[in-house]
Amino acid sequence: MTTTDIGTLAATLRAVLGAEHVITDRQELRTYECDGLAQYKVIPALVALPGTAAECAATVRACVDAGVPFVARGSGTGLSGGALPHADGVLVVTSRLRAIREVAPADERAVVEPGVINLQVTRAATPYGYYYAPDPSSQQICSIGGNVAENSGGAHCLKYGFTTNHVTGLEVVTPDGDLVRLGGRAPDPPGYDLLGAFVGSEGTLGIATEVTVRLVRLPESVRTLLAAFPSTDEAGAATSAVIAAGVVPAAIEMMDALAISAAEAAVRCGYPAGAGAVLIVELDGPAAEVDAQFAEVERLCRDNGAGEIRVAADDAERALIWKGRKSAFAAVGRISPDYIVQDGVIPRTALPEVLRRIAELAARRGVRVANVFHAGDGNLHPLVLFDDGVAGQAEQAEEVSGAILELCVEHGGSITGEHGVGMDKVTFMPRMFTDDDLDTMQLLRCAFDPRGLANPGKVFPTPRLCGEVPGRRRGAHPAQEAGLAELF
Amino acid sequence: MSGDVLAALRDAAGDADAVRPAGAGDAVAGVPARYRAAPGSTEAAAAVLRVAAAHGLAVVVAGGLTKQDWANPPRRLDLVVDTGRLTGVVEHAAGDLIVVVRAGTRLADLPARLAPAGQQLALDAPALPGGAGATVGGAVAVNTSGPRRMRYGTVRDLLIGITVVRPDGVVAHAGGKVVKNVAGYDLGKLFTGSYGTLGLITECAFRLHPLPAAGGYVRRPVDGEAEAGRLVAAVLGAQLVPSALEVHAPPDGGVEVAVLIEGTPSGVRERVAATRRLLGAAATASDTPPPWWPAYPWRMGDVGLKLTAALSGVPGLLTAARAAGRRHGIPVRVSGSAGTGVLYAGLPGAARPDAVARIVADLRAATAAAGGHAVVLTAPAAVRDRVDLWGPVGGLELMHRVKAQFDPDARFAPGRFVGGI
Ligand SMILES: Cc1cc2nc3c(=O)[nH]c(=O)nc-3n(C[C@H](O)[C@H](O)[C@H](O)COP(=O)(O)OP(=O)(O)OC[C@H]3O[C@@H](n4cnc5c(N)ncnc54)[C@H](O)[C@@H]3O)c2cc1C
Ligand SMILES: Cc1cc2nc3c(=O)[nH]c(=O)nc-3n(C[C@H](O)[C@H](O)[C@H](O)COP(=O)(O)OP(=O)(O)OC[C@H]3O[C@@H](n4cnc5c(N)ncnc54)[C@H](O)[C@@H]3O)c2cc1C
Repeated sequence: MTTTDIGTLAATLRAVLGAEHVITDRQELRTYECDGLAQYKVIPALVALPGTAAECAATVRACVDAGVPFVARGSGTGLSGGALPHADGVLVVTSRLRAIREVAPADERAVVEPGVINLQVTRAATPYGYYYAPDPSSQQICSIGGNVAENSGGAHCLKYGFTTNHVTGLEVVTPDGDLVRLGGRAPDPPGYDLLGAFVGSEGTLGIATEVTVRLVRLPESVRTLLAAFPSTDEAGAATSAVIAAGVVPAAIEMMDALAISAAEAAVRCGYPAGAGAVLIVELDGPAAEVDAQFAEVERLCRDNGAGEIRVAADDAERALIWKGRKSAFAAVGRISPDYIVQDGVIPRTALPEVLRRIAELAARRGVRVANVFHAGDGNLHPLVLFDDGVAGQAEQAEEVSGAILELCVEHGGSITGEHGVGMDKVTFMPRMFTDDDLDTMQLLRCAFDPRGLANPGKVFPTPRLCGEVPGRRRGAHPAQEAGLAELF
Repeated sequence: MSGDVLAALRDAAGDADAVRPAGAGDAVAGVPARYRAAPGSTEAAAAVLRVAAAHGLAVVVAGGLTKQDWANPPRRLDLVVDTGRLTGVVEHAAGDLIVVVRAGTRLADLPARLAPAGQQLALDAPALPGGAGATVGGAVAVNTSGPRRMRYGTVRDLLIGITVVRPDGVVAHAGGKVVKNVAGYDLGKLFTGSYGTLGLITECAFRLHPLPAAGGYVRRPVDGEAEAGRLVAAVLGAQLVPSALEVHAPPDGGVEVAVLIEGTPSGVRERVAATRRLLGAAATASDTPPPWWPAYPWRMGDVGLKLTAALSGVPGLLTAARAAGRRHGIPVRVSGSAGTGVLYAGLPGAARPDAVARIVADLRAATAAAGGHAVVLTAPAAVRDRVDLWGPVGGLELMHRVKAQFDPDARFAPGRFVGGI
């Protein structure tokens, strides 16, 4: 894209959005050069900050007319480079779309704009006795639009499900620039479940401009314990025993010795000294159920080798137990100059085997791996620690991190449980899916985005040619103009 | 020519017995077919569908055939693909709470496999006489759900992986067999409720739930729709966490509300008692469900509708449905999941089509006002001719584009689905 083209597009967008909401100054553009995966940086050609859904649609239409790719961005906390800008494209930022339109406890729904911060939804619903269940650790900063795009999870999704289970309606700007409503407050809208297909599509099927979410009744009782084990083997066995007993905890989280020591160094959470692993187990629901099951969980932890078990007596003690876990990612910064946050999934029963293999991998490459995971559903977050100052360590760490994903696939798991594919894991998609699988997924993409303008280069390693592009297309194929043509 | 096609299909299936000329009994909603194939594996099904593609055959997938009278009849039909030989559990990983099962497996066969491990596939659906043969693929394709959706969700919440054969005979997978997984598009969602219009589902992976140790029902007759609404709201606002919250409204008899509580024995005892207190003196508790639970409020040959609403709109919808029946002189029977905003309505099959059409119009207005939809699931031919079964659908243009990508020649169940898809 030439400077004149961008100049023309900028002029169009200024007329639509107002000059102050179109950024072309290089220094200002830098603010948006990366998301939470900061090793990749691209400066976008232009940043647009629409203030309404209609402005967002007009922005996309202007991109379509100019044949320019666009990338949506919420809070930029994504960990897979999903919101990494396109050098010749427009970054559409939702930070002005922050209104909570309605909290409707009688419908158990809230209607919000995409830039609304996850935790704000719960804050708005709490006075009515409700909350928004999906709780990514980034919930104080990440946006609902980003959550929708990533199908984000959280510690409590073991019992309550992921974003996809909590979104009942969307308004989206399609990659044609049309505003379309999918679903609403009522369940089961007729027709194909395009809402379900959109959630988790990482900004490649359009931009969400309004989200209707399910609100969940605040539980009557919440009980939390922290159990220390000699090693991750015992902690894993205790997790299995809890699940086998038919208990569905709100959360079961595990940390290994290295992760514990990092958390200790960072936030002094005071976890039992010398523990080889800790489990955090939280139960919630009607008091009559929680009390009976909590006693059972305590017993199962003891039977499986738990030493100290701490039971939170009140909210303050519960917060202290969670503090170590919630700070774990950032905390490893205290014990290592550099680290990679990995996100993979295994069948939970493969945990002991996979942890052993990870330890072997790390030892062979001379790096350390701290393990933090959502133990209930087998979602691993290995933190691969390295020192970029030591020649070759970054490469070793990358290799270990990649090999961990191979392990996940080998055990019938997934290359990502919640952080998404983005651009980071594009090359791993063929490990998990056949060419035909990827081709079939892209049929959906072709239906939504035949020009391939919505967040190109993400999720899929090779774009698919979509055949006839309906309407609004002019001149050469935009992918050609965007310099992607030789890929086909 | 047709002999050639038959031979090619047989060849593809790898088993001569798997393919035969269709008989009168293979007609789908009155539309006769030419061939019937029952492939025994995903690969054989793919080979059969490649032949079907080469010969431009129109295809309808048949599971247990319990819901072939749902939706519109296909515009044309050559080949019925029967999933009756695509059966069995591929994998039950009890420790991981998942099951992988072939699409032709009967739902009714799963408990024998899962219950010994204390687990369940938490899909229930209202029963119809003769419907016990419903298959996994059929339940996914039609997206049926029952009372316990309130606690466990529906197919879309439980399906974690899917294997399909596309109309061009290409085999594709999406999702996997772990519950938590965001790699790639969630094609399982796309195929859920697609009525066989995007391809053949051959295998599904589901998340399982532990069987609750105990359960109990509390029911109570109520004085009209308004009181039903008040009690439903009270149960939702309390701390009872029911697995189901149903309402039952026969055309002239009294309205009833019923609650299912599941959990630990002691917990259920306390919560059942609390539910009784909440519902008042007229409430009774029992270990068994009310006789009307869980059944669609219609019989074979009747008109059956699914009505949805935002939760706060449920009492109004119930009122409107019964009033529409009285206004047009037709008994309307309503029941469903008041706690999730899904109701079903049944009208006698003998009712005059024009009167049915007027009631459907009233119900469409009432559901639209409540933020939902009224879909005619099943109806006699005379009624189908008069009413649009699906009603208004949001995002229809995109749906046409999805269909055009998956099935460009419109060979899979043409005309069955929304907007003539
Ligand atoms: C410390 C930390 C902890 C984290 N913990 C978790 C966790 O526990 N669980 C978890 O799942 N994730 C976690 N994450 C990852 C991240 O927070 C989530 O993926 C989050 O949903 C991203 O939201 P965002 O608003 O920052 O989106 P961005 O990073 O801005 O964008 C993410 C993706 O969404 C797309 N997008 C954004 N807005 C829209 C929209 N309106 N319409 C369409 N597409 C859009 C973008 O194009 C991009 O592909 C964590 C991240 C950090 C930094
Ligand atoms: C325990 C239990 C009991 C049940 N009992 C009953 C009952 O007694 N009565 C009842 O009516 N329902 C019952 N159900 C509901 C059942 O889930 C649905 O009726 C089901 O949708 C019908 O399945 P079928 O195999 O009969 O489908 P069919 O009637 O054969 O097909 C229905 C539609 O799905 C499509 N389809 C079927 N299989 C596939 C496939 N593999 N791939 C793509 N498309 C396909 C067909 O083309 C058609 O459009 C029960 C459910 C459960 C869990």
